[in-house]
Amino acid sequence: MGSYILTRLLSAIPVLLGLSVIVFLIMAMIPGDPATAILGSYATPENVAKLNRDLGLDKPLVQRYFIWLGNMLQGDFGRSFSLNRPVLDEVAERFGATLVLAGTAFVICSALGVAAGVVSAARQYGAADKAITFAVLLGISIPSFFLGMMMILIFAVNLRLFPVSGMWPIYGARDAAALLRHLTLPALALSVVATGVIARLARSAMLEVLRQDFVRTARAKGVHERGVIWRHALRAAMVSIIPVLGIQAGFVLSGAVYIEIVFQWPGVGRMLVDAILKRDILLVQGGVVLVAACYVMFNIAVDVAQSLLDPRIRT
Amino acid sequence: MSFLRLLARNRLALAGLVVMACVCLLALVTPLLPLAAPDITDTGNRFRPPFSEGALLGTDHLGRDLLSRLLWGTRLSLAVGLAAAVTAAVLGAAIGIVAGFYGGRTDNLIMRGVDMLMAFPYILLALAIVAALGPGLMNALIAVAAVNIPFFARNIRGVTVGIAHKEFVDAARLSGMSDLRIVLTEILPNVVPVIVIAMSTTVGWMILETAGLSFLGLGSQPPVADLGSMLGEARAALITSPHTSVVPGAMILVIVMAINLLGDGVRDALDPRLKSGALNRPLPATQVARDAPVPAAQGGAALLSIDGLKTEFRVKGRVYRAVGGVDLDVRPGECLGLVGESGSGKSVTALSVMGLVASPPGVITGGSVHFDGQDLIGARYETLRRIRGDRVAYIFQDPQATLHPLYTIGTQLVEAIRAHHAVPRAEARARAVDLLGAVRIPNAAARIDSYPHELSGGMRQRVGIAMALANDPDVIIADEPTTALDVTVQAQILALLDELRRARGLAILFITHDFGVVAQLCDRVAVMYAGRIVETGPTDAILSRPAHPYTARLMACVPAPGGGRRRLATIPGLPPSVDDLPAGCAFAGRCDLVQDTCRRGEITLDPLTADRAVRCPTPLRAGAPAS
Ligand code: SF4
Repeated sequence: MGSYILTRLLSAIPVLLGLSVIVFLIMAMIPGDPATAILGSYATPENVAKLNRDLGLDKPLVQRYFIWLGNMLQGDFGRSFSLNRPVLDEVAERFGATLVLAGTAFVICSALGVAAGVVSAARQYGAADKAITFAVLLGISIPSFFLGMMMILIFAVNLRLFPVSGMWPIYGARDAAALLRHLTLPALALSVVATGVIARLARSAMLEVLRQDFVRTARAKGVHERGVIWRHALRAAMVSIIPVLGIQAGFVLSGAVYIEIVFQWPGVGRMLVDAILKRDILLVQGGVVLVAACYVMFNIAVDVAQSLLDPRIRT
Repeated sequence: MSFLRLLARNRLALAGLVVMACVCLLALVTPLLPLAAPDITDTGNRFRPPFSEGALLGTDHLGRDLLSRLLWGTRLSLAVGLAAAVTAAVLGAAIGIVAGFYGGRTDNLIMRGVDMLMAFPYILLALAIVAALGPGLMNALIAVAAVNIPFFARNIRGVTVGIAHKEFVDAARLSGMSDLRIVLTEILPNVVPVIVIAMSTTVGWMILETAGLSFLGLGSQPPVADLGSMLGEARAALITSPHTSVVPGAMILVIVMAINLLGDGVRDALDPRLKSGALNRPLPATQVARDAPVPAAQGGAALLSIDGLKTEFRVKGRVYRAVGGVDLDVRPGECLGLVGESGSGKSVTALSVMGLVASPPGVITGGSVHFDGQDLIGARYETLRRIRGDRVAYIFQDPQATLHPLYTIGTQLVEAIRAHHAVPRAEARARAVDLLGAVRIPNAAARIDSYPHELSGGMRQRVGIAMALANDPDVIIADEPTTALDVTVQAQILALLDELRRARGLAILFITHDFGVVAQLCDRVAVMYAGRIVETGPTDAILSRPAHPYTARLMACVPAPGGGRRRLATIPGLPPSVDDLPAGCAFAGRCDLVQDTCRRGEITLDPLTADRAVRCPTPLRAGAPAS
């Protein structure tokens, strides 16, 4: 088991390097003089020249990449000109808020999606199945930002159940009840699409598994139908559901952008959008690399979870 | 074209198609409609509610007519989403075809890159691209198309690899066609359906994503507005004038939902696996639809009495009568062999007893199964469940597939016990170890924590037997339990079963196609053909003097008991299809002794001697040795 985790961790290295190359190449597409783009159009020529030298922007592309990579490995992601502070500090501060939001949404969509898919499959063509299928269709078709706005309108403005928006920096107050109140609507809005996708997949995975021989064996043993569905069929179906959970985690993490804007949540997504609008390229670059790296590590955790669930992989 | 017909049969997809057609039509004719100009601001008329005079949907924060902006915005959103989809499809397909067609290093390199891109959270990648190119609708389009290219490339590559090695492609190569021509004439036509499926399932996403970027202010720039930026601009007035948000938001929802419905329809129509409608879940117990009166139990002393059992499969308007009126009795402590070729209905008969025939498509349409005086066909699920595995247990054919692959055998044995008896886990586990010992699994206490894939086939089947024995059942129904095993292991398992049944007084219904196995284990035999019993009697009598021509032929296929080389003589011809049984004797088409009378009327199962019966008016001369 330990060696399996180690191999998976090592296999992350080329992926992370690949990610950094992709981000680097995308940023190299910036039209015109990068230093001007980074400093904004009000930059003085002296500043531009200095930054060009500092970042090695006058050097060839390959050399620049390695300089950039070397700096990142030392924890130096550059300075954000719009916030006038190190990129890493800003991203680290914001990332906590995004993780709380995306993590909660991920838990909701996994639990709700799998449960809905299982019920839907177990009651195939029944009323519950039809209702769930329709709800899923609605869920995967509604833009999360529109859903979020409608939730604010209904639950915050009209029913006054939740705050309209906002959230303090996540490392601040530690009032769990207040956190929960601020978190409920955005986390729900963020989870809806992924819930739909997961429910759909879980349903078809369950239908596939329920036709297999070991399900008949469980029934022949006299196991109650509840046990047949939730213990036997779901356990086997999880093997194909878990990879999709991993993919959906990426959607939830990056889809948080919209929700953070709608609910004014102080996360990385909102920071990225502001940075893009202000053309604060270093901040964008750093934010994207860090979030993507975090996602890669999460996927390794998913693989490990998969191997825990399926003894056939482990050996 | 059958594809269009299939699509039309799907009512939801049709609804999606109609909605999309209307929206597209509206978008197309927008410039011709008598609408207010979408960009004219009129600050005196800000935030007018819907149904105001001169503004059907009201006005926005700059007093612009919402209806006009909605239609123009829809037009733009559709155009951008579609353009992104086409771009992604064309580029992705090109990359996928190149990778799949050339294979080798090219393929390797391309797919590495594709995998890298797919390791990125999708929206984050789009944001990075927009960050580099700068905000703007064109750049948003490029970003959304770019992040979808890997998806297309991977799908198309998979299909291309499958085609690139087909004979017609090799033939085209040999005939000196250029690669480009081969791709265009041989590969592309086969890949197009996949591109269509991939597009139909992603175009909705792309419309959503471009709208999303515009919503964030990174797409279309004022005063031009697509649906996303309309929503983004309206957000500031969400609380005071919600209609300015609801109008564009609802439009996005309607469009994406219609596209998703249509996309599902297209996928179902083009995907052959789903076309057959094969994905039905089997119900907890076989459906029962008996129209005739329920027969009473016939066999007086029988423990398990099957009378007039009829089971059929209903698949797409066709009815396959797998079991067409079977009578069987199993007495306490007796082993009854049920013999026939595959497709004769013997397994379906066995599974019908406890309602384990997969349903749909299986339906029990007649007869009764009395166990301990109670009719089980149509019994309540809970009644059935209590008997399953407790009083009547099954052993199935292939223990590789019939044991749960992800639970240890101990867990599965303990579950079998605790499904019927509320014993503590530790006690059940101790009993499970005993059971494993009873089926001669060496070192049972250690083996109990093994997973099925860690055991040999013979060991797994011993576990299957242990599981059947878990609650000391009265009857065991063994459905070809040794067929998947090699000959030596087969003999060991048979010996074990024989020993167990004598020691525990078990009654066994043993299903097999092999007379050799019957000779070793069974007291009596019933031979099945095309869903019916054609001959029954004591094993010795039938083995030495088969009366039905089919029995004789089936016996000729296997070695005589006690030695001789296996002669794999097969019976010429095939059993009749059970959805189209001939009148008279079902075996007539393959029988050497067929006469005109054989093809008329109903041939009944008539007594031959006191304990034998045969379904043939001209049985083989009793006493004649088997061929
Ligand atoms: S009824 Fe006729 S066809 Fe059928 S088995 Fe007897 S002899 Fe052959």
